[in-house]
Amino acid sequence: MNTTRRSLLQASLALPAAGLLPRVAGAADPFKVGFIYVAPIGDAGWTFQHDLGRKALEASLGAAVKTTYVENVPEEGADAERVIRKLATEGHKLIFTTSFGFMEPTLKVAKQFPKVKFEHCTGYKRAANVSTYSARFYEGRYLTGLIAGRLTKSNVIGYVAAFPIPEVVQGINAVTIAARSVNPNVTVKVVFVSTWFDPGKERAAADTLISQGADVVMHHTDSSAIVQGAEEKGVWSFGYDSDMLKFGPKTNLTSVTMDWDQYYIAETKAAIAGSWKSGDTWGGLKSGMVKLGPLNAAVPDPVKAEVAAAQAKIEAGTLLPFAGPLKDQTGAVKVAAGSALSDGDILGLNWFVEGVQGKLG
Amino acid sequence: MHETEIAVAILVATLRAATPLMLAGFGELITERSGVLNLGVEGMMLMGASVGFIGTIASGNPIVGLLAAMLAGAALALVFGVLTLSLMANQVATGLALTIFGVGFSALIGVNWIGTPLQGISSDIWPSLATSSPIVQQLMLLDPIVWLALLSPFVAQWFIYRSRAGLILRAVGESHDVAHALGYSVLRIRYFAVLFGGAMSGLAGAYLSLAYTPMWSDNMVAGRGWIALALVVFSTWKPLWLALGSLLFGFVTIAQFQAEGLGLALSPHLLAMLPYIATIVVLVLISRDATRLKLNAPAALGRPFHATA
Repeated sequence: MNTTRRSLLQASLALPAAGLLPRVAGAADPFKVGFIYVAPIGDAGWTFQHDLGRKALEASLGAAVKTTYVENVPEEGADAERVIRKLATEGHKLIFTTSFGFMEPTLKVAKQFPKVKFEHCTGYKRAANVSTYSARFYEGRYLTGLIAGRLTKSNVIGYVAAFPIPEVVQGINAVTIAARSVNPNVTVKVVFVSTWFDPGKERAAADTLISQGADVVMHHTDSSAIVQGAEEKGVWSFGYDSDMLKFGPKTNLTSVTMDWDQYYIAETKAAIAGSWKSGDTWGGLKSGMVKLGPLNAAVPDPVKAEVAAAQAKIEAGTLLPFAGPLKDQTGAVKVAAGSALSDGDILGLNWFVEGVQGKLG
Repeated sequence: MHETEIAVAILVATLRAATPLMLAGFGELITERSGVLNLGVEGMMLMGASVGFIGTIASGNPIVGLLAAMLAGAALALVFGVLTLSLMANQVATGLALTIFGVGFSALIGVNWIGTPLQGISSDIWPSLATSSPIVQQLMLLDPIVWLALLSPFVAQWFIYRSRAGLILRAVGESHDVAHALGYSVLRIRYFAVLFGGAMSGLAGAYLSLAYTPMWSDNMVAGRGWIALALVVFSTWKPLWLALGSLLFGFVTIAQFQAEGLGLALSPHLLAMLPYIATIVVLVLISRDATRLKLNAPAALGRPFHATA
């Protein structure tokens, strides 16, 4: 962060001076792309994956682009707006803002810089020069559900979740549907920890689920504490955001990971070519935005084949994770056989499918 | 049989969850008994967590890590002491600044250790007992810091009420002018209390990064320093009540997870509130006598001392 903020500062000092010199714009000028991160990059997690995308962009386009990032930008207060405006002022032509809370600041700055293109991750408000993008994380979750359903012996899967919001509910339902499709006796026990990040609480919740018989645990929170805890207790685990195999070499089966590389490269190429258009992208396994990390050697070959087949079907559009018949926890049919939840329904998902043990609100 | 297992799991998890609160609370209780209010517990715990983690990896010995964590907590407390005791800065503002500083500085020094795996503090220091009781077996698996924390309220109780040094500490906290007139060095005693508080906060933080969840990550203390501070006030500065409050808070947190896992038909929002509500209710009941509460609060708490003669 230091170097970045310092370089921003130096650049801003140099700016008035540069204005006095005759500007020689040549084809050699790199296209400047800016990234705003909500957290430090670290070495795993949400922001880490976005930075991998930035690096892939640099590697792919080479001298044609120059990227800048500012990490650890708070969502609250005026900091986000200030930093986004700073990047726009300094000639960044395409700016990615990578957290939900940057939505309003992005739109505000976008209004003042109509020639700069903005891309906001996980938001829903767009403008002529503001696109939104996100990933269908639940497609990856579905695949982990298949593995969990095949490997569980106790038929209890423990799921540590942050908050009862649609994005979290999608994952829980997808895992449950997939696990029960291969093993109808599975129950998914959900515990909400009411925080995105508290390693101690996440771990305590996982320990609790394990004490209640769960022999597979997974999480929708931000630390790797659960993967480590599962390794210690000798139960299977799945990671999220980044590949977490190193935290549980024996028991971490795989992770649902985000991969923004191709999206960042494609959008930057479009912006350089002048063909960039505002829009909404919600990519899944097919686009490569959501991926399964490497599978642990402990996953049996038939299960590996099953996962690969399901992935191929999801990518081909012949397998929809939320296809009917789907029942809710009371056994009432919510989605009839032959139909499936629409994207709008998925984005607002607020009920658990049959087989989930837990309560929303 | 299944019920016994769940009960034992709750007991063990409660003890582990309460340990950082008891340790940090113990340190802060001693600090406040000397008349100093240090709101920097969260920051000192974070310093302990990161320095303890780095120290353990660098030396390969968790004892070294724990000592380094206590030193780091005490070092941050020393900064607080110099500012508030010697330079007489406002204790509330300085304490808040200490927390903000601790959050940032621990993240800065820990940046290269994020995601480094660590074999946590193990419990195989105990001789293996030939017993079939699952309760005893599970309790033997608890790490030594938990036992240390369980011992701490009794040590504090004895120190504050039964030892000469404890009497002097209380005298300084009640009326620094009188203690000064009696010939006690108010500042020196307060420095000791502040440093002790920092060391205990550092130890509590190291427990989180070395034993509870063996890892380092920014801000991993996640507000436990503030809960420890609140527990000290609600316990009316009594060590045994502090221990009870910590255990209760830990218990209700764990019970919430158990209830959700068992599928109790209660709102997760309500369950998430329970630890806070239960702790507040019980401790308000303990301290409902306003006069007694007033009598218990160190009278000189938060007031700077300026030797007049």
